[in-house]
Amino acid sequence: MSSAATTSPSVDKVDGFSRKSVRKAKQKRSQSSSQFRSQGKPIELTPLPLLKDVPAPEQPELFLKKLQQCCTVFDFMDTLSDLKMKEYKRSTLNELVDYVTVSRGYLTEQAYPEVVKMVSHNIFRTLPPSDSNEFDPEEDEPTLEASWPHLQLVYEFFIRFLESQEFQPSIAKKYIDQKFVLQLLELFDSEDPRERDYLKTVLHRIYGKFLGLRAFIRKQINNIFLRFVYETEHFNGVAELLEILGSIINGFALPLKAEHKQFLVKVLIPLHTVRSLSLFHAQLAYCIVQFLEKDPTLTEPVIRGLLKFWPKTCSQKEVMFLGELEEILDVIEPTQFVKIQEPLFKQISRCVSSPHFQVAERALYYWNNEYIMSLIEENSSVILPIMFANLYRISKEHWNPAIVALVYNVLKAFMEMNSTLFDELTASYKSDRQREKKKEKEREELWKKLEDLELKRGLRSDGIIPT
Amino acid sequence: MAGADGDDSLYPIAVLIDELRNEDVQLRLNSIKKLSTIALALGVERTRTELLPFLTDTIYDEDEVLLALAEQLGNFTMLVGGPEYVHCLLPPLESLATVEETVVRDKAVESLRKISQEHSPVDLEVHFEPLVKRLASGDWFTSRTSACGLFSVCYPRVSSTVKAEIRQHFRTLCSDDTPMVRRAAASKLGEFAKVLELDYVKSDIISLFTALASDEQDSVRLLAVEACVSIATLLPQEDLETLVMPTLRQAAEDKSWRVRYMVADKFSELQKAVGPEITKNDLVPAFQNLLKDCEAEVRAAAANKVKEFCENLPEDNREQIIMTHILPCVKELVSDTNQHVKSALASVIMGLSTILGKENTIEHLLPLFLAQLKDECPEVRLNIISNLDCVNEVIGIRQLSQSLLPAIVELAEDAKWRVRLAIIEYMPLLAGQLGVEFFDEKLNTLCMAWLIDHVYAIREAATCNLMKLVEKFGAEWAQNTIVPKVLGMANDPNYLHRMTTLFCINALSEVCGQEITTKQMLPVVVKMASDQVANVRFNVAKSLQKIGPVLDNNALQTQVKPVLEQLKADSDMDVKYFAQEALTVLALA
Repeated sequence: MSSAATTSPSVDKVDGFSRKSVRKAKQKRSQSSSQFRSQGKPIELTPLPLLKDVPAPEQPELFLKKLQQCCTVFDFMDTLSDLKMKEYKRSTLNELVDYVTVSRGYLTEQAYPEVVKMVSHNIFRTLPPSDSNEFDPEEDEPTLEASWPHLQLVYEFFIRFLESQEFQPSIAKKYIDQKFVLQLLELFDSEDPRERDYLKTVLHRIYGKFLGLRAFIRKQINNIFLRFVYETEHFNGVAELLEILGSIINGFALPLKAEHKQFLVKVLIPLHTVRSLSLFHAQLAYCIVQFLEKDPTLTEPVIRGLLKFWPKTCSQKEVMFLGELEEILDVIEPTQFVKIQEPLFKQISRCVSSPHFQVAERALYYWNNEYIMSLIEENSSVILPIMFANLYRISKEHWNPAIVALVYNVLKAFMEMNSTLFDELTASYKSDRQREKKKEKEREELWKKLEDLELKRGLRSDGIIPT
Repeated sequence: MAGADGDDSLYPIAVLIDELRNEDVQLRLNSIKKLSTIALALGVERTRTELLPFLTDTIYDEDEVLLALAEQLGNFTMLVGGPEYVHCLLPPLESLATVEETVVRDKAVESLRKISQEHSPVDLEVHFEPLVKRLASGDWFTSRTSACGLFSVCYPRVSSTVKAEIRQHFRTLCSDDTPMVRRAAASKLGEFAKVLELDYVKSDIISLFTALASDEQDSVRLLAVEACVSIATLLPQEDLETLVMPTLRQAAEDKSWRVRYMVADKFSELQKAVGPEITKNDLVPAFQNLLKDCEAEVRAAAANKVKEFCENLPEDNREQIIMTHILPCVKELVSDTNQHVKSALASVIMGLSTILGKENTIEHLLPLFLAQLKDECPEVRLNIISNLDCVNEVIGIRQLSQSLLPAIVELAEDAKWRVRLAIIEYMPLLAGQLGVEFFDEKLNTLCMAWLIDHVYAIREAATCNLMKLVEKFGAEWAQNTIVPKVLGMANDPNYLHRMTTLFCINALSEVCGQEITTKQMLPVVVKMASDQVANVRFNVAKSLQKIGPVLDNNALQTQVKPVLEQLKADSDMDVKYFAQEALTVLALA
């Protein structure tokens, strides 16, 4: 009996059919927006003449009519319904794209609300459920938007509209407002990379042309990131938003406003903690370096931030951190370097002795970087004592021969830099270890005493030992 | 420090603080986790005057350390000198409540809520409430978010002027311009409503509820659905229609599937909160819509609630509502395109039979059960099988057995071992429902076949299954049907199968009793002691240890002991080890 009880596997763990799986949607190749209720009725649009076939004065009127027609949205998950009308809308959209690119004088004041309305009707929709729990963007194929044949043309049209020479932000700002931007930003969560790419361009244009919306856009991106970091860890468009921010940061005026510094420290740095960092790390590191090139005094808070969030268990992320740190060191000013060298090299020393050879290797590559080498050399009296113990130890016991070889090179470099200090450290290595051990023992004893005390107090307060 | 008294002076604060500042995070974390020990060593006064100021000043550390600190401080009341001094804990917790990392902040709020109860009403107004106000008007969103969780703990115990201030602060946070704070406020709305006077619920909470439920962000709107349950419970029936229902109706048809999902997920609670009349008029059609929703997520959530919803319908016309409104939707879900929807339904659908009674079950539900038993997705079939007991009570399982058998056989041979494992776990249940004859005739072979499955987990589960079957059907049945087959495997050329014999014996000896164990099993085990494979031999030693307690002393001395002695002299190290262990445990050494 008892044997069976101990050997039988825990049902919860082995059973692959926990209820939770109910909530995960099955992986589909394409998806449609979550807006269609079974409509049933076929959609009818009355075909209109081509714009080029009517006299110029009538064109603006016809343009508006076409825009209104294109507000009709089709269900692309049903591949058989409304085939003719879908094709008609596609060709109309194509015609509109060409029209805004080449025509002159079409952009009447009445056209603005109609354009924004058409774009809104088509692109703004609730994104369908995603398999965020299982979806691994590096492994899995992204789910593609089913209505892309129309959607792409709508985006294309909108971008041409924003870029058109006749486009006047002063009129458009009545329609492209905060609410519009907010909805646009939500779409960045789309799983379809093609859509996110278009959105990136659209947002970039809007940021460029509507000065009044800039602060709002930055604030909303802040909110998206904060939610991503602290609440959901899920948002598909982080890389795209960071890419836009990269060029926004580039344009910041000096001295940097407090708002921007806060963004760096409270939003960009915490973004490093997210599990899916690899998906947007390149863009994030770019933003960070942009900031530091603008204002070198930010180096210290940035590096301290990275050290605070240094990965504890994920070696892959550790390698990314080391890469980013090297990018930062590439642009660091010697005066800034001195301020953070101690905590920084304590961490590097830990990385160098990591049992994961890729981490150790990435850290040891710093010694191939000439600029970093020159910084180390200038400050060898501080850095060498920090690094020495770990280097000495792993030169003897790291499992990976390539690492051992690299460590030898580093030790050799140190020896050449500062041979007196090097010899001193070698000589005192053993006694230092012993001192550490002794300290460790003292700690243990202290805690033992404290615990005895707690026990005694506990007994006393229970009334067992009278006070 | 000079004035330290008694044995406290043994522990200068500097040493202790050094521990809290240790360079190694792990050591720092250990020290923080034992903060109470340090406080004890310092005594209450020095904890208040030296330790707490140190902690308050040095709050910049790894989040993990901060989390431990936030937790510790919640249990510190006695260590600072009891409720009289509990307010000393507020400054460090206030800083922790403004930290970015959510888990730290939440823990700080939890501790603050805990110690709020230990404040006297006066201290609450003098120390605690000002802290809440400071947090509520903090610059960065984190402190405002934390404030949301503190209103409800101080509201009931403060004067009416302060109450008015608290309500005002809560109102402000509900329309905060960052969605993070609005989400925090929305998630505490129900809790706050519960401590408010009914008049204020009507005048304040309802307008906040309505505003949050139509927020521009769906992540805020869906939290309002949760609050809806608490609010509806607080209001008298006659006010529900005007104050709550318009918002609830709107949520059930929200354009975001997340909000609709939330409504579906909370449906039973909502149903109880609004009462039978509104359920009949409003919730039934809403539920139908959710069952037909365009998103599978929403349908699955609603399908999960089918049984509970039906159970809680007012009894006078429950059957009629189910038959005319719910069942047609359920029928459609049986052939849904999404397997998660079908399997959610399959996990509750059997429960409808008790509500609808024998005739309706046979006429309307049985075809659905049968269809689901043939579903292409194994999870659906499994969910039906796992709930057979509900149907058995109403119509008897015989009605189903024709379809049941092929379904079971197919699952039993499924290519995925997890599926096989799941069905094995239902075998004892099925055996109980179907009876011994049916079992012997149809299922026994399957149970034996699992013993030689190529996946260990299945063989192990099969062994355990046999034991449960013997518990159900008795030792005599075991002797006639399974024991001979199990023992026969002892001669199998595959050593894994021979070991399975031993594992089965381990599991079965106790339920089969002394006689069968001594006369039939023991000789086989003894014989296997000279197996060529060392793994079999040391499992013989383990088995002997296991079945020893079932045997009488004579068998132990004359049969078990000599074998174990022989194994103790084995050339294999593990065999020796387990033989020695068995000798010791059985006290034969």
